Amino acid sequence: MSKILTVSPSPHIHSSDSTRKIMLRVVYAMIPAMLWSVFVFGFDAARVTLIAIAACLAFEFLIQKYLLKVKPAITDGSALVTGILLAFNVPANLPWWIIIIGAFAAIGFGKMSFGGLGSNIFNPALVGRVFLLISFPVQMTSWPVTQQSGVDAVTGATPLGIIKEALNNGVAVSEIASKLPVPKDLLLGNIGGSLGEISALLLILGGIYMLITKVITWHIPVAVIGSAALLSGIFWMVNPELYINPVYHILSGGMMLGAIYMATDMVSSPMTPKSQIIYGAGIGVLTILIRLFGAYPEGISFAILIMNALVPLLNRYIKPRRFGEVKKQPAKA
Amino acid sequence: MLKTFKLGGVHPPENKISANAKIEVLPLPKSVFIPVAQHIGAPAIPVVNKGDVVKVGQIIAKSSSFVSTNIHSPVSGKVKKVDVATDSSGYTRQGIFIDVEGDEWLEEIDRDETLKTDFDFDAKTIIQKIQDAGIVGLGGATFPTHVKLVPPVGMKAEVLLINGVECEPYLTSDHRLMLEKPEEIMVGTKILMKALNVEKAFIGIENNKPDAIQLLTSKASKYPGIGIVPLKVKYPQGGEKQLIKAVTGKEVPSGGLPIAVGAVVSNVGTAFAVYEAVQKNKPLFERVVTVTGKGVKKPSNFKVRLGTPTTELIDAAGGLPEDTGKIISGGPMMGKALATPDVPVTKGTSGILILAESEAKRREYIECIRCGRCVSVCPMGLEPYLLMTVSEKHLFDRAENERVLDCIECGSCSYTCPSNRPLLDYIRYGKAKVGQIVRSRKK
Repeated sequence: MSKILTVSPSPHIHSSDSTRKIMLRVVYAMIPAMLWSVFVFGFDAARVTLIAIAACLAFEFLIQKYLLKVKPAITDGSALVTGILLAFNVPANLPWWIIIIGAFAAIGFGKMSFGGLGSNIFNPALVGRVFLLISFPVQMTSWPVTQQSGVDAVTGATPLGIIKEALNNGVAVSEIASKLPVPKDLLLGNIGGSLGEISALLLILGGIYMLITKVITWHIPVAVIGSAALLSGIFWMVNPELYINPVYHILSGGMMLGAIYMATDMVSSPMTPKSQIIYGAGIGVLTILIRLFGAYPEGISFAILIMNALVPLLNRYIKPRRFGEVKKQPAKA
Repeated sequence: MLKTFKLGGVHPPENKISANAKIEVLPLPKSVFIPVAQHIGAPAIPVVNKGDVVKVGQIIAKSSSFVSTNIHSPVSGKVKKVDVATDSSGYTRQGIFIDVEGDEWLEEIDRDETLKTDFDFDAKTIIQKIQDAGIVGLGGATFPTHVKLVPPVGMKAEVLLINGVECEPYLTSDHRLMLEKPEEIMVGTKILMKALNVEKAFIGIENNKPDAIQLLTSKASKYPGIGIVPLKVKYPQGGEKQLIKAVTGKEVPSGGLPIAVGAVVSNVGTAFAVYEAVQKNKPLFERVVTVTGKGVKKPSNFKVRLGTPTTELIDAAGGLPEDTGKIISGGPMMGKALATPDVPVTKGTSGILILAESEAKRREYIECIRCGRCVSVCPMGLEPYLLMTVSEKHLFDRAENERVLDCIECGSCSYTCPSNRPLLDYIRYGKAKVGQIVRSRKK
């Protein structure tokens, strides 16, 4: 027998899936919203996206090669996803150097400082976004005028910004109604905002693609959106003049982007369906509380980061249902 | 809605390319090597010496304790030596070498192949006959069958489950047996029911074998008490606990035996061997073995005498393909990779699977991305990523608390991991260590 055989323990076959393929599917899912951002904001959106991707890949490569001294693994697609998500979370007119700082915060602080892919507690793109939001509040909240003519585009402020200002100044909802886009425009994305968050419809479309290709399960998005709708719905029913109806909360701001693409990040979300629902509900509730009572008009980034911090705890204490679980007999008195 | 088990499971490509190949009788080998340890439990003790002349079916090694079993000569000829050699585990094991001369069977074995349905034995006699015939679980576990038929004191079997699931990709030996020996399997099932004193038996078959389901269902009316249960295709449904759950809806408690929920599970191959032992006085010395693989010229199902070198099976299936990278004894999910094909077929050999070089090597693994897929596919509701980590870090008490001993080693976690992590390798290590700790505690 001249042939040398491979000997390894079972199993001897592997599903064709890989981490790289999963990351690429996330990228495919974001393409419709990406194209829409270019359509709405023009070349600026493409500029921001490309700079964010290039900077994330570059920082990943440099840190892995020269700081961690490991084989750079930028082809795994994770830095690409972070780059796109970071771009999705900033205004389209953000100066290039701020984007690069954001990419550094995302990859350097958010991911590599914890040990790289799989070890980060927080969603890297959100670390980058929040870092920028706190460091450059002016640039991060001045929204570009959308380029579409003929549509009722909001200039200078996002729907959530208008709502927050009214809430802070005690202006009744009915008085700002004319300033707000109609729900159809929220769905389609004829509104101001960060470049990837505006079209709820296209974000949902990508989410359905990720559901079908099993990149995500329904638990987190449904829990986030459901709990946010529930809580904002309760406030709205108690005082509809003070609190706007839940449709605006669900369709505006980063709700869809956060619920479908950011909260579902595999690395920083919990493992079992039960803990995913708790985690998602926590995000939904915190988001609404921040929007209604916090300092910022939008709260989903903070909500996700706060719940990210609880994930190790959820993984530790919420166990999957074991096969053949023997119920503990109550101790006899 | 077809029945299946609830927790976890995967769908590897079925690749049942030998499903239409009728069972062929493999020509007698020139010499055989019969390891004395080819079952779970104590090795049998050789009772023949160099130079002895043996007949087919003659006992050559005797059961050494209750959980052990007899081994019979699969050939007639002269004992060449009692020595050690490598078996499919890769270890050297004691065994008996026989040079084949002619094909002379013991006279009490009924070689007539006509179906014999009637039997008039009491449970005790049946169990004795099964024990004498050296029957073990032929699905691959090789647990001595007579042990299962004697429930521990205070426990009573309520239902017998016959495992015709064959959920391992590629393997078709059980499928062919069901198609070619349906009534023998039914009679074998009746005999086992009598031995266990149960009124009900179910034969579970996955839905990817509609011909077997149809055939057995059509025969079932003649055998009251036996039901055929079509099951949704899902790996590892052939696992004892998963099959019980799928058919009866009951869960064997953690650490418990199937008898704890009143179930006893046997493979269809075992039921057939029981038929032959009880009705034909034929001990277990041959079995059906699938020889398959994408590069194999003639994927086949052979009836093989135990002890036949694997190389002869491969030659009969068209020879070893040029690009062979791995030879597996058993299926691709739970089978053992062979270091050399120069090992004998034993009671537990359900198939020989040949993988090409391109399929043989594992891909390089990267960091866990905590996608949770291993958790969602684990049929035991465990957290493989966590068990791997704690085993790797030698946190064995944590591994025990996280129920590493519940792992059935089905490999669904490693199969599904997108980062190609060797989850099961580490879990096996943790299991072995925790097992040692638990045993030392009992002392």
